[in-house]
Amino acid sequence: MSAQATQPRAPLLLKLATACVLAFLYVPFLIIILYAFSTEDATFTFPPPGLTLRWFGVAWARDDVWQAISLSLRVAAVSTTVALVLGTLAAMAVYRSAFFGREAISFLLLLPLALPGIVTGIALRSAMSLAALPFSFWTIVLGHATFCVVVVYNNVLARFRRTSASQIEASMDLGATSFQTFRYVVLPNIATALLAGGMLAFALSFDEVIVTTFTAGQQETLPIWILSQLVRPRNRPVTNVVAVFVIAATFLPILLANRLTQDTTEVAGGGK
Amino acid sequence: MAESVAQPSQAGGAAPGRRMATYLYRRPRLALALLLAPPLLWLGLVYLGSLFALLTQSFFHLDGFTGQVVRRFTLATYADLLTRANLDIAARTASMAALVTLAAALLAFPLAFYMARYATPRARALLYLAVTMPLWSSYLVRIYAWKLILAKEGILTWFFARLGLGGLIDGLLSIPAIGGPSLSVSAIGMFLAFLYVWLPYMILPIVAALERVPRSLVEASSDLGARPAATFRNVILPLAFPGVVAGSIFTFSLTLGDFIIPGTFGNSSLFIGQAVQQQQGTAGNIPLAAAFTVVPMVIMALYLIGARRLGAFDAL
Repeated sequence: MSAQATQPRAPLLLKLATACVLAFLYVPFLIIILYAFSTEDATFTFPPPGLTLRWFGVAWARDDVWQAISLSLRVAAVSTTVALVLGTLAAMAVYRSAFFGREAISFLLLLPLALPGIVTGIALRSAMSLAALPFSFWTIVLGHATFCVVVVYNNVLARFRRTSASQIEASMDLGATSFQTFRYVVLPNIATALLAGGMLAFALSFDEVIVTTFTAGQQETLPIWILSQLVRPRNRPVTNVVAVFVIAATFLPILLANRLTQDTTEVAGGGK
Repeated sequence: MAESVAQPSQAGGAAPGRRMATYLYRRPRLALALLLAPPLLWLGLVYLGSLFALLTQSFFHLDGFTGQVVRRFTLATYADLLTRANLDIAARTASMAALVTLAAALLAFPLAFYMARYATPRARALLYLAVTMPLWSSYLVRIYAWKLILAKEGILTWFFARLGLGGLIDGLLSIPAIGGPSLSVSAIGMFLAFLYVWLPYMILPIVAALERVPRSLVEASSDLGARPAATFRNVILPLAFPGVVAGSIFTFSLTLGDFIIPGTFGNSSLFIGQAVQQQQGTAGNIPLAAAFTVVPMVIMALYLIGARRLGAFDAL
């Protein structure tokens, strides 16, 4: 750090405050991980009386946990797929042409994420009951895809804005149809943005609980399972293990998505 | 068009595709409509339709005798909304949201300032990741972590007892409005959980605003004889303020609509989200639930108008 003469040195107090805020953000995660190994199974006693790996085995054998994980994964996979298609279409439309209501579309896509989740949830719920639609796997997907679209849309649109339009023009000049241009020029350019947006959408859906409580009926996704444990803790050790699993399952895709969008900012010939 | 030029391999067999592509190329409006139709059908029809249906329901009324919703325009449900108890709920939720927002701004600013002004590019990228990871990681797991931390037998009580400050927590908990039987069932606990969960949403816009403060202005200020503290107060802070307002939109709105944190850490005094859920679920009064969702939307609309005046939208 000292090599950079232009970089002013931070006051000690500021560095301390920064470290404290970072600790505030991360210590809770460490505490969950610690509790997953605690031998105590009825209370949240600190310090833990002993450490054990037992609960990982217990959690592994739990059918309800596996079913919740499986439902969450399937919902997230389908919602992400829907979001990828809809988000890419919307980003292509907004990027390539100026039309009346363009800003309104960005706003419309953002709305499900900007409004409190409970508004989205209750609106979908009452619409479903008006339409006499019974709760199913698809009602959950309906809710999730709605707020996942904007994540894909933002990622893809940002990539389009960095991609040089001359590549697309060159492809068309060389005789490619718009479908071929999409397949051979546009898609490779936005591939990593799609992957990153898709992973974020997946993480968002995998974790969603507020809208889901309104659209799931009796079905239990993993977050709904955790919520039921929060309200009435019956299986504390299993909950701790599941929490650790969820931390790992969400941190890894985020790290990966971060890598993907970082390394590919410079596509060969992509500079404007 | 020069069709003989080297083409991607599948071009030979794609004659209908080519004809269609040409057709669409000549009709950009149609192509645009085809691109926009699926997302607009989904979000415009399904989502906006649901929102509109919800709003419509708030003008219906639940018949007290039959328990059926009477589908006729009336303002009776809004009259029910404006009772003392419901106004208390709205005021309680809004003041919690305000407190959380204020605390989040105070915690976020030093980190954001360090990130934007002092960190090397590499450290800044790492810090950025460190802030976004909690933001994207599981909301419920983060709440659960605070259930562990705040438990009566948990780490916080243990920590204060080790410092010999055990009486401090008991003292705080005995204050009527914010206390409770333990930290994990008290307004203090709820506040901490809210603060923790929404803090990253405050940090990111402030960083973005601070990064946009031109270094030349800071240099000019010190050239003109201002001490660092004066520069901070008169140059950096006013320019970064829209970022704080932008972040506050998230922390405020998210707190207003949440029902899980109040349900986990709160007692019997309800928050807006819980009231909506109760009216919709146990009470079965969809019109009143719908009218209740209008409350956070109105508060947010007023807040957004104010934020726009303060220039928050340029900092998003």
